[in-house]
Amino acid sequence: MIRLQNIEKVYRTDTIETLALNSISLDVEKGEFLSIMGPSGCGKSTLLNIMGLLDAPSKGDVRIDDQTTQHLSDKQLANFRNQKLGFIFQSYHLINDLQVLDNVELPLLYRNTTAKQRKLLASEALAKVGLTNRIKHFPTQLSGGQRQRVAIARAIVGRPEIILADEPTGNLDSAMGNEIMEILMQLNKEDGTTIVMVTHDENMANKTHRLVRLFDGAQVQ
Amino acid sequence: MLKNYFKIAIAVLKRRKFFTFISLFGISFTLTVLIVLTAFIDKVVGDDYPDKKRDRSLYITSIEEIGKDSHSSSPPSYYFLNRYAASLKTPEKITLFSGFSGTNTYINNKKIAINYKYTDANYWEILEYKFLEGKPYTRQQIDNGERVAVISADMKKEYFGDVASVVGKYIEADNIKYKVSGVVKNLPITSYLLYSDIYLPFTVAKRDYKHKAYLGDCMAILLAPSKRDVSKMHTEYEQVVSKVPMENGQFTSIFSHASSYIEGYVDTGNEKSSGVTIALSVIGGFVFLFMLLPTLNLVNINITRIMERSSEIGVRKAFGASSRTLVYQFIVENIILTLLGGLIGIVLSLIALYLINNANLIPNLDLTINFTVLFCGLLVCLIFGLLSGVYPAWRMSKLNVVTALKAQ
Repeated sequence: MIRLQNIEKVYRTDTIETLALNSISLDVEKGEFLSIMGPSGCGKSTLLNIMGLLDAPSKGDVRIDDQTTQHLSDKQLANFRNQKLGFIFQSYHLINDLQVLDNVELPLLYRNTTAKQRKLLASEALAKVGLTNRIKHFPTQLSGGQRQRVAIARAIVGRPEIILADEPTGNLDSAMGNEIMEILMQLNKEDGTTIVMVTHDENMANKTHRLVRLFDGAQVQ
Repeated sequence: MLKNYFKIAIAVLKRRKFFTFISLFGISFTLTVLIVLTAFIDKVVGDDYPDKKRDRSLYITSIEEIGKDSHSSSPPSYYFLNRYAASLKTPEKITLFSGFSGTNTYINNKKIAINYKYTDANYWEILEYKFLEGKPYTRQQIDNGERVAVISADMKKEYFGDVASVVGKYIEADNIKYKVSGVVKNLPITSYLLYSDIYLPFTVAKRDYKHKAYLGDCMAILLAPSKRDVSKMHTEYEQVVSKVPMENGQFTSIFSHASSYIEGYVDTGNEKSSGVTIALSVIGGFVFLFMLLPTLNLVNINITRIMERSSEIGVRKAFGASSRTLVYQFIVENIILTLLGGLIGIVLSLIALYLINNANLIPNLDLTINFTVLFCGLLVCLIFGLLSGVYPAWRMSKLNVVTALKAQ
């Protein structure tokens, strides 16, 4: 589903060159639930961003669904992300000015959908994460766990094949973290969604199919 | 999509109320000033009372004589116009009239300032003054040198008070009594070519209005038989003027043109500087400068505001918004803001125009908002919205997604 070949990421300033990722090659199979672990600053999030086409590698090739992504324009990249990928962030990144339902509808705004379709799909996604009674609330009126569930609903509303989650339980206590993990596992099992998750939590990582460890930008496991 | 943008725009406006106030105040105040200015220009230039045949008329308002060391310019004399303009073949009719001059008169020990103007008989035929009572003086009366006058409604009220009719009564100006033959609707002083308090026949002028000189204080309106003949009439006058002999050895060239109302209105009397260009430059410069500051201010505020939303930009990009879509979103949001400012501006303008009209700063200049003024106002709003929205939107849309998401 996702194939990374010899990925390198170098950050350059006027004086220093930092190698964030060093020749990473990784295959993620369709329907796989993969977790990425490693100490802070080892390049986990950078790798996830590259997989999600949010960042470009300095070297190497990213193929998603057998399609190379190297030469896609800004518009094509946006369209690709919209159709194939869903994102979950540690700090949720909900738009506080919009109600829950409008937040969840967001990915559908960039597709050819009617307002009625959007409302229906967003309601379905919210039902899946158990938040049907909160659709008129604003994000600031929700708890951390509820916010992350809204973020998951937003990630799945467009029915993407891949979900990329960057420390989705990082800001939550263990009970809420487990709840979120349950939802992700359910999505993976029932809908066959491919999930790549960056985490610090060994327990969470152990619940996934496979674990990849990074250290100083290189893959060690 | 638009509904979503609208929701966001309103939410953003509510979020930082002080910024919103500054933005809306800047836009609405600018628009108010521009609408009042447009209403003023529109009234001054666009109001065709009493010269309703403006589209087939040309105006001669100045003459310029240039020599090696000398330069004179002023309105032409009666003699010049009568000799060189009145003899043109193309015009259907020509009227000669003087500019207005001021004098004082006293009634019941009260001093009244009167502006008077001399005209010929054609004046009342070419120009369609609305007679509230009576009628214009006739050619016969002019030829007989009868002391008759047409007065304005304001002058009637000021001189005679609230009386029903004044036709046949006498009005004194410059120690001479004139018999009132008619009362016309007022003109504001901004229509300075045709404005006066009392209109008198040339033949009653104290001074020798036929004095042989080129420079004087007269003007002429040439009326073409149809719109098509206007340019022919213009050319004919140009040809006649080119053959006019020099008044004396001091001068080497003479310039005088039969121009449209607007050209005549802003004529500088100087061949080398076009009044229209100067007027347009002054108005354009004023509008530009007046819009520049609030636009820059809005650009700044917009950048700050959009910066605050970098997380939103990151999320939108991650979920499929292209840079172009984001630029579109921010421009739409900004146009919503400026249109809101525009609406407030229009309300403020209505209040400002009401106050200006009531203060009677320029008598009889009744400023109104019409379709043109509103259209200009809305156009200004849109330009404003675009100008102040495009740059911040473009800058923000280029933001790297990862950087944008980290900014929170």
